[in-house]
Amino acid sequence: MTPEAEGIVFTDVSKFYGEVLGVNKINLRIGPGITSLVGPNGSGKTTLMNLLTGLIRPTRGDIEVLGTRTDDPETFYRNVGYCTQFDTFPKGVTGFALICSLLRLHGFDRQGAGELAWKAIEQVHMTEAAHRRVAGYSKGMRQRIKLALAIAHHPTVLVLDEPLNGLDPMARAESIALFQKLAGEGRFVIVSSHILHEVDIISDSVVMMSNGYVVAEGDIQEVREEMSEHPIGILVRCDKPAVLASRAFSENHVVEVRIDDDGVGVLLRSRSADQLYTLVNRVVLAEGLTVEGVIPVDEDVHSVYSYLIGSNGTGRL
Amino acid sequence: MSINGPQLIKWTKQIMVVAGFEIRKFRAGRKWFFPILLAAAPVCLVMLLLLFDPRPPNNSEITQIFAVMFQTFMLRLMVLFGCALVFANLYRGDMVTRTIHFYLLTPVRREVLVAGKYLAGLLITSILYGGSVGITNTLIHSANGSAVANAHFFGGPGMNELFSYVGIAVLGCVGYGSVFMVTGFLFKNPAIPAAFLLLWESANVFLPAALQKISVVHYLQSIVPVPIPLGPFAVITAPSSVFGSVSGLAVFTVAVLLVNGLMMRRAEIDYSSD
Repeated sequence: MTPEAEGIVFTDVSKFYGEVLGVNKINLRIGPGITSLVGPNGSGKTTLMNLLTGLIRPTRGDIEVLGTRTDDPETFYRNVGYCTQFDTFPKGVTGFALICSLLRLHGFDRQGAGELAWKAIEQVHMTEAAHRRVAGYSKGMRQRIKLALAIAHHPTVLVLDEPLNGLDPMARAESIALFQKLAGEGRFVIVSSHILHEVDIISDSVVMMSNGYVVAEGDIQEVREEMSEHPIGILVRCDKPAVLASRAFSENHVVEVRIDDDGVGVLLRSRSADQLYTLVNRVVLAEGLTVEGVIPVDEDVHSVYSYLIGSNGTGRL
Repeated sequence: MSINGPQLIKWTKQIMVVAGFEIRKFRAGRKWFFPILLAAAPVCLVMLLLLFDPRPPNNSEITQIFAVMFQTFMLRLMVLFGCALVFANLYRGDMVTRTIHFYLLTPVRREVLVAGKYLAGLLITSILYGGSVGITNTLIHSANGSAVANAHFFGGPGMNELFSYVGIAVLGCVGYGSVFMVTGFLFKNPAIPAAFLLLWESANVFLPAALQKISVVHYLQSIVPVPIPLGPFAVITAPSSVFGSVSGLAVFTVAVLLVNGLMMRRAEIDYSSD
Protein backbone atom coordinates (compact mmCIF):
# COMPACT_ATOMS: atom_id res chain seq x y z
CA MET A 1 0.00 0.00 0.00
CA THR A 2 1.43 3.43 -0.93
CA PRO A 3 1.72 6.04 1.82
CA GLU A 4 -1.00 8.11 0.11
CA ALA A 5 -3.32 5.09 0.07
CA GLU A 6 -2.74 4.57 3.80
CA GLY A 7 -3.98 8.09 4.42
CA ILE A 8 -4.27 9.39 7.96
CA VAL A 9 -4.92 6.74 10.56
CA PHE A 10 -5.82 7.21 14.21
CA THR A 11 -5.73 3.98 16.18
CA ASP A 12 -7.36 4.04 19.59
CA VAL A 13 -6.05 7.53 20.30
CA SER A 14 -6.78 9.24 23.60
CA LYS A 15 -5.45 12.46 25.01
CA PHE A 16 -5.89 13.58 28.60
CA TYR A 17 -4.71 16.86 30.05
CA GLY A 18 -4.18 15.62 33.58
CA GLU A 19 -7.67 14.63 34.63
CA VAL A 20 -9.33 16.48 31.79
CA LEU A 21 -10.36 14.58 28.69
CA GLY A 22 -9.18 15.98 25.37
CA VAL A 23 -10.26 13.19 23.04
CA ASN A 24 -10.99 9.56 23.79
CA LYS A 25 -10.65 6.30 21.87
CA ILE A 26 -10.47 7.83 18.44
CA ASN A 27 -10.34 5.31 15.61
CA LEU A 28 -10.35 7.10 12.32
CA ARG A 29 -9.12 6.78 8.79
CA ILE A 30 -9.09 9.95 6.70
CA GLY A 31 -8.67 9.83 2.94
CA PRO A 32 -7.92 12.48 0.31
CA GLY A 33 -10.32 15.34 -0.35
CA ILE A 34 -11.84 17.75 2.12
CA THR A 35 -12.71 16.30 5.49
CA SER A 36 -14.40 18.58 7.96
CA LEU A 37 -14.16 18.23 11.71
CA VAL A 38 -17.45 19.40 13.10
CA GLY A 39 -18.37 20.06 16.69
CA PRO A 40 -18.99 22.80 19.22
CA ASN A 41 -16.22 24.54 21.13
CA GLY A 42 -14.59 22.07 23.48
CA SER A 43 -15.60 19.03 21.49
CA GLY A 44 -11.98 18.08 20.75
CA LYS A 45 -11.47 19.36 17.20
CA THR A 46 -8.32 21.37 17.93
CA THR A 47 -6.95 18.62 20.15
CA LEU A 48 -7.43 16.16 17.30
CA MET A 49 -5.66 18.52 14.90
CA ASN A 50 -2.81 19.16 17.32
CA LEU A 51 -2.44 15.40 17.77
CA LEU A 52 -2.49 14.86 14.03
CA THR A 53 0.26 17.43 13.51
CA GLY A 54 2.39 16.35 16.46
CA LEU A 55 2.07 19.54 18.49
CA ILE A 56 0.81 17.35 21.31
CA ARG A 57 1.30 13.64 21.92
CA PRO A 58 -1.39 11.09 22.54
CA THR A 59 -1.68 9.69 26.04
CA ARG A 60 -2.61 6.39 24.38
CA GLY A 61 -2.81 5.10 20.85
CA ASP A 62 -1.02 5.71 17.61
CA ILE A 63 -1.25 8.19 14.74
CA GLU A 64 0.19 7.67 11.28
CA VAL A 65 0.11 10.22 8.50
CA LEU A 66 0.93 8.79 5.08
CA GLY A 67 2.90 6.06 6.80
CA THR A 68 5.01 8.47 8.88
CA ARG A 69 4.95 9.43 12.54
CA THR A 70 5.68 12.68 14.30
CA ASP A 71 8.79 11.27 15.99
CA ASP A 72 10.47 11.52 12.60
CA PRO A 73 9.98 15.27 12.04
CA GLU A 74 12.34 15.45 9.07
CA THR A 75 9.99 13.26 7.00
CA PHE A 76 6.70 14.02 8.69
CA TYR A 77 6.63 17.79 8.31
CA ARG A 78 7.54 17.71 4.63
CA ASN A 79 4.10 16.19 4.09
CA VAL A 80 2.12 18.23 6.58
CA GLY A 81 1.10 21.87 6.69
CA TYR A 82 -0.90 23.23 9.60
CA CYS A 83 -2.78 26.51 9.78
CA THR A 84 -3.26 26.78 13.53
CA GLN A 85 -5.74 28.80 15.53
CA PHE A 86 -2.93 30.55 17.39
CA ASP A 87 -3.00 34.16 16.34
CA THR A 88 0.54 35.07 17.38
CA PHE A 89 3.71 35.65 15.38
CA PRO A 90 7.39 36.24 16.11
CA LYS A 91 8.12 39.90 16.69
CA GLY A 92 9.48 42.15 14.01
CA VAL A 93 9.05 39.86 11.01
CA THR A 94 7.22 40.57 7.78
CA GLY A 95 4.84 38.01 6.33
CA PHE A 96 7.26 37.28 3.49
CA ALA A 97 10.31 36.98 5.78
CA LEU A 98 8.48 34.63 8.12
CA ILE A 99 7.46 32.24 5.35
CA CYS A 100 10.90 32.49 3.72
CA SER A 101 12.77 31.71 6.95
CA LEU A 102 10.60 28.72 7.74
CA LEU A 103 10.87 27.45 4.16
CA ARG A 104 14.64 27.58 4.45
CA LEU A 105 14.31 25.13 7.34
CA HIS A 106 12.70 22.78 4.80
CA GLY A 107 16.00 22.85 2.95
CA PHE A 108 15.22 25.36 0.22
CA ASP A 109 17.93 27.85 -0.66
CA ARG A 110 17.28 31.57 -0.29
CA GLN A 111 16.05 32.00 -3.85
CA GLY A 112 13.91 28.85 -3.88
CA ALA A 113 12.36 29.77 -0.54
CA GLY A 114 11.66 33.28 -1.80
CA GLU A 115 9.93 31.99 -4.93
CA LEU A 116 7.79 29.47 -3.03
CA ALA A 117 6.91 32.05 -0.38
CA TRP A 118 5.82 34.54 -3.01
CA LYS A 119 3.73 31.94 -4.81
CA ALA A 120 1.93 31.03 -1.58
CA ILE A 121 1.39 34.70 -0.79
CA GLU A 122 -0.11 35.20 -4.24
CA GLN A 123 -2.46 32.27 -3.68
CA VAL A 124 -3.88 33.95 -0.59
CA HIS A 125 -3.93 37.39 -2.23
CA MET A 126 -1.53 39.02 0.20
CA THR A 127 1.10 40.39 -2.18
CA GLU A 128 0.53 44.03 -1.27
CA ALA A 129 1.08 43.47 2.45
CA ALA A 130 3.76 40.78 2.15
CA HIS A 131 6.64 43.08 3.07
CA ARG A 132 4.85 44.72 5.97
CA ARG A 133 5.37 43.56 9.53
CA VAL A 134 2.84 40.95 10.64
CA ALA A 135 2.24 42.96 13.82
CA GLY A 136 0.44 45.55 11.68
CA TYR A 137 -1.84 43.04 9.94
CA SER A 138 -5.58 42.84 10.47
CA LYS A 139 -7.09 39.60 11.78
CA GLY A 140 -8.05 38.54 8.27
CA MET A 141 -4.56 39.25 6.92
CA ARG A 142 -2.97 37.26 9.71
CA GLN A 143 -5.33 34.41 8.91
CA ARG A 144 -4.31 34.52 5.26
CA ILE A 145 -0.58 34.66 5.99
CA LYS A 146 -0.99 31.62 8.24
CA LEU A 147 -2.71 29.86 5.38
CA ALA A 148 0.13 30.85 3.03
CA LEU A 149 2.61 29.46 5.54
CA ALA A 150 0.73 26.18 5.71
CA ILE A 151 0.58 25.68 1.94
CA ALA A 152 3.95 27.18 0.95
CA HIS A 153 5.91 23.89 0.95
CA HIS A 154 3.17 22.08 -1.01
CA PRO A 155 2.22 19.59 1.70
CA THR A 156 0.16 16.53 0.83
CA VAL A 157 -1.74 16.88 4.10
CA LEU A 158 -3.13 20.29 4.94
CA VAL A 159 -4.68 20.80 8.36
CA LEU A 160 -6.71 23.97 8.82
CA ASP A 161 -8.11 24.95 12.20
CA GLU A 162 -11.03 27.34 11.72
CA PRO A 163 -9.35 28.77 8.60
CA LEU A 164 -12.21 31.07 7.67
CA ASN A 165 -12.33 32.92 10.99
CA GLY A 166 -11.89 36.63 10.56
CA LEU A 167 -12.10 36.57 6.77
CA ASP A 168 -14.45 38.83 4.84
CA PRO A 169 -16.98 37.18 2.47
CA MET A 170 -14.74 37.64 -0.58
CA ALA A 171 -11.72 36.14 1.18
CA ARG A 172 -13.88 33.28 2.47
CA ALA A 173 -15.00 32.44 -1.04
CA GLU A 174 -11.42 32.63 -2.32
CA SER A 175 -10.19 30.43 0.51
CA ILE A 176 -12.92 27.85 -0.07
CA ALA A 177 -12.01 27.80 -3.77
CA LEU A 178 -8.37 27.26 -2.80
CA PHE A 179 -9.26 24.35 -0.48
CA GLN A 180 -11.33 22.78 -3.23
CA LYS A 181 -8.50 23.22 -5.73
CA LEU A 182 -5.99 21.60 -3.35
CA ALA A 183 -8.39 18.74 -2.62
CA GLY A 184 -8.94 18.36 -6.37
CA GLU A 185 -5.21 17.78 -6.74
CA GLY A 186 -5.53 14.72 -4.50
CA ARG A 187 -4.36 16.30 -1.25
CA PHE A 188 -5.77 15.60 2.18
CA VAL A 189 -7.44 18.78 3.40
CA ILE A 190 -8.74 18.61 6.95
CA VAL A 191 -10.78 21.60 8.02
CA SER A 192 -12.36 22.31 11.37
CA SER A 193 -15.34 24.55 11.60
CA HIS A 194 -18.34 25.19 13.76
CA ILE A 195 -20.12 27.07 10.99
CA LEU A 196 -22.13 24.28 9.47
CA HIS A 197 -23.30 25.78 6.21
CA GLU A 198 -19.63 26.27 5.23
CA VAL A 199 -18.93 22.66 6.06
CA ASP A 200 -21.85 21.65 3.89
CA ILE A 201 -20.44 23.59 0.96
CA ILE A 202 -16.90 22.31 1.06
CA SER A 203 -16.81 18.86 2.61
CA ASP A 204 -16.36 15.54 0.92
CA SER A 205 -16.76 13.87 4.28
CA VAL A 206 -17.25 14.88 7.87
CA VAL A 207 -16.05 13.80 11.28
CA MET A 208 -18.53 14.82 13.94
CA MET A 209 -17.21 15.31 17.43
CA SER A 210 -18.80 15.82 20.79
CA ASN A 211 -17.19 15.90 24.24
CA GLY A 212 -13.96 14.37 22.97
CA TYR A 213 -15.57 11.50 21.07
CA VAL A 214 -16.15 10.95 17.36
CA VAL A 215 -19.90 10.48 17.14
CA ALA A 216 -20.12 9.96 13.39
CA GLU A 217 -17.88 10.01 10.36
CA GLY A 218 -18.04 9.57 6.61
CA ASP A 219 -19.97 11.02 3.74
CA ILE A 220 -22.73 13.19 5.17
CA GLN A 221 -25.54 11.38 3.29
CA GLU A 222 -24.27 7.98 4.39
CA VAL A 223 -24.17 9.17 7.97
CA ARG A 224 -27.70 10.48 7.64
CA GLU A 225 -28.99 7.25 6.13
CA GLU A 226 -27.63 5.26 9.05
CA MET A 227 -29.71 7.27 11.49
CA SER A 228 -32.81 5.15 11.10
CA GLU A 229 -34.48 6.46 14.26
CA HIS A 230 -34.80 9.90 12.63
CA PRO A 231 -37.21 9.89 9.63
CA ILE A 232 -35.61 11.20 6.48
CA GLY A 233 -37.36 14.11 4.80
CA ILE A 234 -37.60 15.35 1.23
CA LEU A 235 -39.43 18.26 -0.31
CA VAL A 236 -40.91 17.44 -3.71
CA ARG A 237 -41.94 20.40 -5.82
CA CYS A 238 -44.38 19.28 -8.50
CA ASP A 239 -47.60 20.22 -10.27
CA LYS A 240 -49.87 17.75 -8.35
CA PRO A 241 -48.69 17.73 -4.73
CA ALA A 242 -52.07 16.55 -3.45
CA VAL A 243 -51.88 13.37 -5.56
CA LEU A 244 -48.41 12.59 -4.25
CA ALA A 245 -49.53 13.36 -0.70
CA SER A 246 -52.53 11.05 -0.86
CA ARG A 247 -50.49 8.17 -2.29
CA ALA A 248 -47.79 8.69 0.36
CA PHE A 249 -50.37 8.49 3.17
CA SER A 250 -51.17 4.93 2.29
CA GLU A 251 -47.58 3.79 2.83
CA ASN A 252 -46.60 2.42 6.25
CA HIS A 253 -43.04 3.78 6.20
CA VAL A 254 -44.24 7.38 5.62
CA VAL A 255 -44.61 9.20 8.94
CA GLU A 256 -45.36 12.76 7.84
CA VAL A 257 -46.89 14.42 4.80
CA ARG A 258 -47.37 18.16 4.55
CA ILE A 259 -48.32 20.33 1.58
CA ASP A 260 -46.58 23.70 1.41
CA ASP A 261 -48.60 26.89 1.59
CA ASP A 262 -47.58 27.80 -1.96
CA GLY A 263 -49.36 24.69 -3.23
CA VAL A 264 -46.50 23.28 -5.29
CA GLY A 265 -44.39 21.58 -2.65
CA VAL A 266 -45.03 18.52 -0.54
CA LEU A 267 -42.86 17.50 2.39
CA LEU A 268 -42.57 13.75 2.92
CA ARG A 269 -40.92 12.09 5.89
CA SER A 270 -40.19 8.38 5.98
CA ARG A 271 -38.33 5.84 8.10
CA SER A 272 -36.78 4.40 4.93
CA ALA A 273 -34.92 6.54 2.43
CA ASP A 274 -34.94 3.79 -0.22
CA GLN A 275 -38.67 3.15 0.06
CA LEU A 276 -39.40 6.89 0.02
CA TYR A 277 -37.50 7.55 -3.19
CA THR A 278 -39.02 4.42 -4.79
CA LEU A 279 -42.47 5.68 -3.86
CA VAL A 280 -41.84 9.11 -5.37
CA ASN A 281 -40.54 7.56 -8.59
CA ARG A 282 -43.53 5.23 -8.80
CA VAL A 283 -46.09 8.01 -8.29
CA VAL A 284 -44.37 10.37 -10.70
CA LEU A 285 -44.43 7.74 -13.43
CA ALA A 286 -47.91 6.44 -12.70
CA GLU A 287 -49.61 9.82 -12.34
CA GLY A 288 -47.53 11.70 -14.89
CA LEU A 289 -46.37 14.36 -12.40
CA THR A 290 -44.17 17.20 -13.60
CA VAL A 291 -41.41 17.51 -11.01
CA GLU A 292 -39.52 20.78 -10.51
CA GLY A 293 -37.17 19.41 -7.90
CA VAL A 294 -36.58 16.92 -5.09
CA ILE A 295 -34.73 18.49 -2.17
CA PRO A 296 -33.48 16.58 0.89
CA VAL A 297 -34.46 18.68 3.89
CA ASP A 298 -32.28 17.12 6.56
CA GLU A 299 -29.25 15.66 4.85
CA ASP A 300 -27.11 18.63 5.70
CA VAL A 301 -24.46 18.61 8.37
CA HIS A 302 -26.50 20.74 10.68
CA SER A 303 -29.49 18.41 10.72
CA VAL A 304 -27.34 15.35 11.18
CA TYR A 305 -25.41 17.01 13.97
CA SER A 306 -28.64 18.16 15.61
CA TYR A 307 -30.01 14.61 15.57
CA LEU A 308 -26.78 13.21 16.96
CA ILE A 309 -25.97 15.78 19.59
CA GLY A 310 -29.15 17.74 20.10
CA SER A 311 -27.91 21.16 18.95
CA ASN A 312 -30.29 24.08 19.22
CA GLY A 313 -30.67 24.42 15.50
CA THR A 314 -29.12 27.83 15.05
CA GLY A 315 -26.72 26.68 12.36
CA ARG A 316 -23.78 27.61 14.55
CA LEU A 317 -22.52 25.07 17.05
CA MET B 1 20.43 5.99 12.46
CA SER B 2 23.51 6.64 10.33
CA ILE B 3 24.80 10.16 9.91
CA ASN B 4 26.33 11.06 6.57
CA GLY B 5 27.90 14.12 4.98
CA PRO B 6 24.83 15.56 3.26
CA GLN B 7 22.84 15.17 6.46
CA LEU B 8 25.47 17.05 8.44
CA ILE B 9 25.49 19.80 5.83
CA LYS B 10 21.70 20.01 6.00
CA TRP B 11 21.72 20.19 9.80
CA THR B 12 24.44 22.85 9.73
CA LYS B 13 22.38 24.95 7.33
CA GLN B 14 19.29 24.50 9.50
CA ILE B 15 21.24 25.49 12.62
CA MET B 16 22.40 28.65 10.84
CA VAL B 17 18.84 29.50 9.74
CA VAL B 18 17.46 29.00 13.25
CA ALA B 19 20.31 31.05 14.74
CA GLY B 20 19.77 33.84 12.21
CA PHE B 21 16.04 33.90 12.91
CA GLU B 22 16.59 33.97 16.68
CA ILE B 23 19.06 36.87 16.39
CA ARG B 24 16.56 38.77 14.27
CA LYS B 25 13.87 38.14 16.88
CA PHE B 26 16.23 39.30 19.64
CA ARG B 27 16.91 42.55 17.81
CA ALA B 28 13.27 43.13 16.96
CA GLY B 29 11.86 42.39 20.41
CA ARG B 30 12.32 44.31 23.64
CA LYS B 31 14.45 41.55 25.14
CA TRP B 32 17.79 43.22 24.35
CA PHE B 33 17.52 46.06 26.85
CA PHE B 34 18.62 44.33 30.09
CA PRO B 35 21.34 42.14 28.52
CA ILE B 36 22.86 45.25 26.92
CA LEU B 37 22.50 47.19 30.17
CA LEU B 38 24.46 44.46 31.97
CA ALA B 39 27.16 44.55 29.29
CA ALA B 40 27.39 48.33 29.49
CA ALA B 41 27.60 48.45 33.30
CA PRO B 42 31.34 47.66 33.78
CA VAL B 43 32.29 49.89 30.86
CA CYS B 44 30.36 52.78 32.39
CA LEU B 45 31.80 52.06 35.83
CA VAL B 46 35.38 52.22 34.55
CA MET B 47 34.65 55.38 32.57
CA LEU B 48 33.30 57.02 35.72
CA LEU B 49 36.40 55.97 37.65
CA LEU B 50 38.63 57.41 34.94
CA LEU B 51 36.71 60.66 34.89
CA PHE B 52 36.56 61.26 38.62
CA ASP B 53 39.73 59.64 40.02
CA PRO B 54 42.56 62.20 39.72
CA ARG B 55 45.26 59.77 40.84
CA PRO B 56 44.85 56.45 39.09
CA PRO B 57 46.63 53.43 40.57
CA ASN B 58 49.72 52.06 38.89
CA ASN B 59 49.58 49.43 36.22
CA SER B 60 50.12 46.37 38.41
CA GLU B 61 47.41 47.60 40.80
CA ILE B 62 45.10 48.10 37.84
CA THR B 63 45.76 44.52 36.74
CA GLN B 64 44.79 43.31 40.22
CA ILE B 65 41.70 45.56 40.36
CA PHE B 66 40.54 44.25 37.01
CA ALA B 67 41.14 40.64 38.11
CA VAL B 68 38.88 41.15 41.13
CA MET B 69 36.32 43.02 39.06
CA PHE B 70 36.32 40.26 36.44
CA GLN B 71 35.91 37.34 38.81
CA THR B 72 33.38 38.89 41.14
CA PHE B 73 31.27 41.22 39.06
CA MET B 74 31.80 40.31 35.43
CA LEU B 75 31.87 36.53 35.60
CA ARG B 76 29.48 35.90 38.46
CA LEU B 77 26.98 38.67 37.78
CA MET B 78 27.23 40.09 34.29
CA VAL B 79 27.86 36.89 32.37
CA LEU B 80 25.68 34.74 34.61
CA PHE B 81 22.64 37.02 34.65
CA GLY B 82 23.13 38.07 31.03
CA CYS B 83 23.09 34.42 29.98
CA ALA B 84 20.03 33.82 32.15
CA LEU B 85 18.18 36.63 30.37
CA VAL B 86 19.18 35.57 26.87
CA PHE B 87 19.26 31.76 26.97
CA ALA B 88 16.30 31.10 29.23
CA ASN B 89 14.19 33.17 26.87
CA LEU B 90 15.08 31.19 23.80
CA TYR B 91 12.52 28.50 24.61
CA ARG B 92 10.40 30.04 27.36
CA GLY B 93 10.04 33.25 25.37
CA ASP B 94 8.56 31.31 22.46
CA MET B 95 6.12 29.60 24.82
CA VAL B 96 5.10 32.90 26.38
CA THR B 97 4.61 34.57 22.99
CA ARG B 98 2.91 31.40 21.69
CA THR B 99 5.20 31.06 18.72
CA ILE B 100 7.11 27.83 19.38
CA HIS B 101 4.72 25.94 17.08
CA PHE B 102 6.25 27.69 14.05
CA TYR B 103 9.46 25.75 14.74
CA LEU B 104 7.76 22.54 15.83
CA LEU B 105 5.93 22.32 12.50
CA THR B 106 9.11 22.36 10.41
CA PRO B 107 11.00 19.27 9.20
CA VAL B 108 13.86 19.86 11.58
CA ARG B 109 15.19 17.51 14.24
CA ARG B 110 14.47 18.89 17.68
CA GLU B 111 18.16 18.63 18.60
CA VAL B 112 18.97 20.83 15.61
CA LEU B 113 16.49 23.42 16.89
CA VAL B 114 18.22 23.37 20.27
CA ALA B 115 21.61 23.74 18.61
CA GLY B 116 20.40 26.66 16.47
CA LYS B 117 18.89 28.46 19.41
CA TYR B 118 21.98 27.81 21.51
CA LEU B 119 24.23 29.16 18.77
CA ALA B 120 22.13 32.32 18.57
CA GLY B 121 22.35 32.81 22.33
CA LEU B 122 26.06 32.14 22.28
CA LEU B 123 26.69 34.66 19.51
CA ILE B 124 24.62 37.33 21.26
CA THR B 125 26.15 36.85 24.71
CA SER B 126 29.70 36.36 23.44
CA ILE B 127 29.56 39.61 21.49
CA LEU B 128 27.94 41.49 24.38
CA TYR B 129 29.95 40.16 27.30
CA GLY B 130 33.18 39.26 25.53
CA GLY B 131 33.06 42.74 24.04
CA SER B 132 32.29 44.30 27.39
CA VAL B 133 35.22 42.52 29.05
CA GLY B 134 37.57 43.56 26.22
CA ILE B 135 36.50 47.20 26.26
CA THR B 136 36.62 47.41 30.06
CA ASN B 137 40.08 45.88 30.18
CA THR B 138 41.39 48.23 27.51
CA LEU B 139 39.80 51.26 29.14
CA ILE B 140 41.06 50.53 32.64
CA HIS B 141 44.59 50.06 31.39
CA SER B 142 44.40 53.41 29.63
CA ALA B 143 44.13 55.20 33.00
CA ASN B 144 47.80 56.10 33.05
CA GLY B 145 47.99 57.33 29.49
CA SER B 146 48.53 55.79 26.10
CA ALA B 147 52.28 55.21 26.56
CA VAL B 148 51.74 53.01 29.63
CA ALA B 149 48.84 51.24 27.93
CA ASN B 150 50.94 50.59 24.81
CA ALA B 151 53.75 49.20 26.92
CA HIS B 152 51.27 46.98 28.79
CA PHE B 153 49.52 45.62 25.71
CA PHE B 154 52.37 45.48 23.20
CA GLY B 155 55.45 45.18 25.39
CA GLY B 156 54.04 43.30 28.38
CA PRO B 157 51.46 40.66 29.28
CA GLY B 158 48.47 42.92 28.47
CA MET B 159 47.45 41.42 25.14
CA ASN B 160 47.65 37.87 26.48
CA GLU B 161 45.58 38.82 29.49
CA LEU B 162 43.06 40.64 27.32
CA PHE B 163 42.50 37.62 25.08
CA SER B 164 42.39 35.31 28.09
CA TYR B 165 39.73 37.38 29.81
CA VAL B 166 37.64 37.67 26.65
CA GLY B 167 38.04 33.93 26.05
CA ILE B 168 37.02 33.11 29.62
CA ALA B 169 33.96 35.36 29.32
CA VAL B 170 33.01 33.50 26.12
CA LEU B 171 33.58 30.17 27.87
CA GLY B 172 31.35 31.46 30.66
CA CYS B 173 28.65 32.09 28.05
CA VAL B 174 29.19 28.56 26.71
CA GLY B 175 28.72 26.97 30.13
CA TYR B 176 26.05 29.18 31.66
CA GLY B 177 24.21 29.31 28.34
CA SER B 178 23.72 25.56 28.24
CA VAL B 179 22.49 25.53 31.84
CA PHE B 180 20.01 28.33 31.24
CA MET B 181 18.74 26.68 28.05
CA VAL B 182 17.64 23.77 30.23
CA THR B 183 16.21 25.95 32.98
CA GLY B 184 14.23 27.77 30.29
CA PHE B 185 12.43 24.47 29.72
CA LEU B 186 11.87 23.80 33.38
CA PHE B 187 11.13 27.20 34.91
CA LYS B 188 8.76 29.92 33.84
CA ASN B 189 10.72 32.56 35.69
CA PRO B 190 14.46 32.62 34.84
CA ALA B 191 15.22 34.61 38.00
CA ILE B 192 14.74 31.56 40.24
CA PRO B 193 17.40 29.32 38.64
CA ALA B 194 19.65 32.34 38.07
CA ALA B 195 19.54 33.22 41.77
CA PHE B 196 20.17 29.60 42.73
CA LEU B 197 23.09 29.35 40.31
CA LEU B 198 24.51 32.64 41.61
CA LEU B 199 24.44 31.25 45.14
CA TRP B 200 26.00 27.98 44.02
CA GLU B 201 28.71 29.67 42.00
CA SER B 202 29.47 32.20 44.76
CA ALA B 203 29.69 29.52 47.42
CA ASN B 204 31.77 27.35 45.11
CA VAL B 205 35.13 28.07 46.73
CA PHE B 206 33.80 27.02 50.16
CA LEU B 207 32.51 23.65 48.94
CA PRO B 208 34.38 20.33 49.08
CA ALA B 209 36.65 19.69 46.10
CA ALA B 210 34.31 17.14 44.51
CA LEU B 211 31.36 19.55 44.55
CA GLN B 212 33.47 22.42 43.23
CA LYS B 213 33.79 20.53 39.99
CA ILE B 214 30.03 20.70 39.42
CA SER B 215 30.13 24.34 38.49
CA VAL B 216 31.08 26.53 35.59
CA VAL B 217 33.10 29.01 37.60
CA HIS B 218 35.42 26.29 38.93
CA TYR B 219 36.75 25.60 35.43
CA LEU B 220 36.96 29.28 34.56
CA GLN B 221 38.75 30.28 37.76
CA SER B 222 41.44 27.75 37.01
CA ILE B 223 42.45 29.54 33.84
CA VAL B 224 42.20 33.22 34.75
CA PRO B 225 45.54 34.94 33.99
CA VAL B 226 45.64 36.82 37.32
CA PRO B 227 44.42 34.89 40.38
CA ILE B 228 42.76 36.74 43.24
CA PRO B 229 42.85 35.93 46.97
CA LEU B 230 39.87 33.76 47.88
CA GLY B 231 39.81 34.46 51.60
CA PRO B 232 40.63 32.41 54.70
CA PHE B 233 37.66 30.03 54.46
CA ALA B 234 38.14 28.95 50.86
CA VAL B 235 38.77 25.28 50.19
CA ILE B 236 41.80 25.37 47.96
CA THR B 237 41.83 22.72 45.25
CA ALA B 238 44.45 22.00 42.63
CA PRO B 239 43.68 24.18 39.61
CA SER B 240 42.85 22.44 36.36
CA SER B 241 45.05 22.92 33.32
CA VAL B 242 43.76 25.08 30.46
CA PHE B 243 43.11 21.93 28.44
CA GLY B 244 41.42 20.24 31.41
CA SER B 245 39.25 23.29 32.07
CA VAL B 246 38.20 23.82 28.49
CA SER B 247 37.55 20.14 27.84
CA GLY B 248 35.75 19.77 31.18
CA LEU B 249 33.52 22.69 30.32
CA ALA B 250 32.98 21.34 26.80
CA VAL B 251 31.93 17.92 28.13
CA PHE B 252 29.64 19.57 30.69
CA THR B 253 28.07 21.78 27.99
CA VAL B 254 27.56 18.97 25.49
CA ALA B 255 25.98 16.79 28.20
CA VAL B 256 23.60 19.58 29.20
CA LEU B 257 22.72 20.29 25.56
CA LEU B 258 22.00 16.61 24.94
CA VAL B 259 19.59 16.63 27.87
CA ASN B 260 18.11 19.75 26.34
CA GLY B 261 17.69 18.00 23.01
CA LEU B 262 15.85 15.12 24.67
CA MET B 263 13.56 17.55 26.46
CA MET B 264 12.86 19.33 23.19
CA ARG B 265 12.01 15.98 21.56
CA ARG B 266 9.32 15.44 24.15
CA ALA B 267 8.13 19.03 24.09
CA GLU B 268 4.46 19.65 23.47
CA ILE B 269 2.81 22.98 23.08
CA ASP B 270 1.12 24.02 26.30
CA TYR B 271 0.32 27.66 25.81
CA SER B 272 -2.48 27.67 28.35
CA SER B 273 -0.09 27.33 31.28
CA ASP B 274 2.16 30.25 30.26
